[in-house]
Amino acid sequence: MSLTNTISATADQVKEKTAKAYSNPYIAGVGLGLVLLAAFLIMGRGLGASGAFTSVISTGLNTVIPEHAQSNAFFSEYISDGSVSPLKDWLVFEVIGVILGGFLSGALAGRLKRTVEKGPNISVKGRLTFAFIGGGLMGIGAKMARGCTSGQALTGGALLNVGSWAFMMMVFAGAYATAYFIRRQWL
Amino acid sequence: MNLPLFKYGFFNDNVSLIIAVIIGIGFGFALERAGFGNSRILAAQFYFRDMRVFKVMFTAIVTAMLGVFYFAWIGWVDLSLIYITPTYILPQVTGGLILGVGFVIGGYCPGTSLVSMSTGRIDGLMYVVGVFGGVFIFGEMFPLVESFYNSTPMGQITLPQLVNLPYGLLVFLVVLMAIGGFIGAEKVEKYFAAKDMEKVK
Repeated sequence: MSLTNTISATADQVKEKTAKAYSNPYIAGVGLGLVLLAAFLIMGRGLGASGAFTSVISTGLNTVIPEHAQSNAFFSEYISDGSVSPLKDWLVFEVIGVILGGFLSGALAGRLKRTVEKGPNISVKGRLTFAFIGGGLMGIGAKMARGCTSGQALTGGALLNVGSWAFMMMVFAGAYATAYFIRRQWL
Repeated sequence: MNLPLFKYGFFNDNVSLIIAVIIGIGFGFALERAGFGNSRILAAQFYFRDMRVFKVMFTAIVTAMLGVFYFAWIGWVDLSLIYITPTYILPQVTGGLILGVGFVIGGYCPGTSLVSMSTGRIDGLMYVVGVFGGVFIFGEMFPLVESFYNSTPMGQITLPQLVNLPYGLLVFLVVLMAIGGFIGAEKVEKYFAAKDMEKVK
């Protein structure tokens, strides 16, 4: 048992060593900006992520408890008249691409790894609990703000959208204000 | 040129979904290259150890902003055909704050969590599950927050319209601000790296 552990740990180390370093942030930023620009020029819209989550949830609810979902003003807007599936949506397809693109990039750089990213002072269970809670807050915040870091900060930022810039400042404010209290998770 | 192509009917809805996948692949690829599939790198931004979130985000914003401005200037793109989310200032400020708290607690935002998940990170997967939960909770409590959600509407409004200055001037100011921010970010990283080294000693 301990031998297999040692072997798999060594294998992980080897993998870790062969994983390429992340790109220069400014080059990655230009790349990301060009993708965003392509979306503007080809589609007349920006990027997004949280909207796809809502489409999936709305579809799920409409399948399991249709009356409840359709009577809710928020979900029913995504379900619309029911003639087309809410999953046949631009953002849903874009997000499928995000999953594929992330996987492709990770595979090419040797960075695919089943692991839990965390600081040294927190247990795996603790980290996963925080990930779940953080995701929940993000879901609530993104819906309240009509978009997340992609749809608001990135897209609206580049279009000089007033609400997006106010949103972006608050994201950084909220994160910096909270960072100290959960430093044990990361540092 | 008549841009954006889709708005001028160059292709139909079904083709737009294929384009969505292709653009999404580029988006996911760029996020992974930036290191954003890793929550430790994203969180480091908020401890001043690695300012990648700021650097990548603002380089991307400046790149796309300059691109759109240039194409509008040479008359190839009709800016009014690029969709701008209407501003509802109070719910957006509140949502941003909640989202920021969730960002540093969870270590991701929705887009980056998908990349994290697809590259094998279990914390990314848990985060994705959390986002679904959050969206569900928001939807269920929507009747309670609906009036706040629709409060303080300002319509589709951009910064140049708000402060009544030329679009190009605002573009220029954002570029200046970003460059200042990048210089500051490099300095902050060096300062904290030196401080961490001292602690080790």
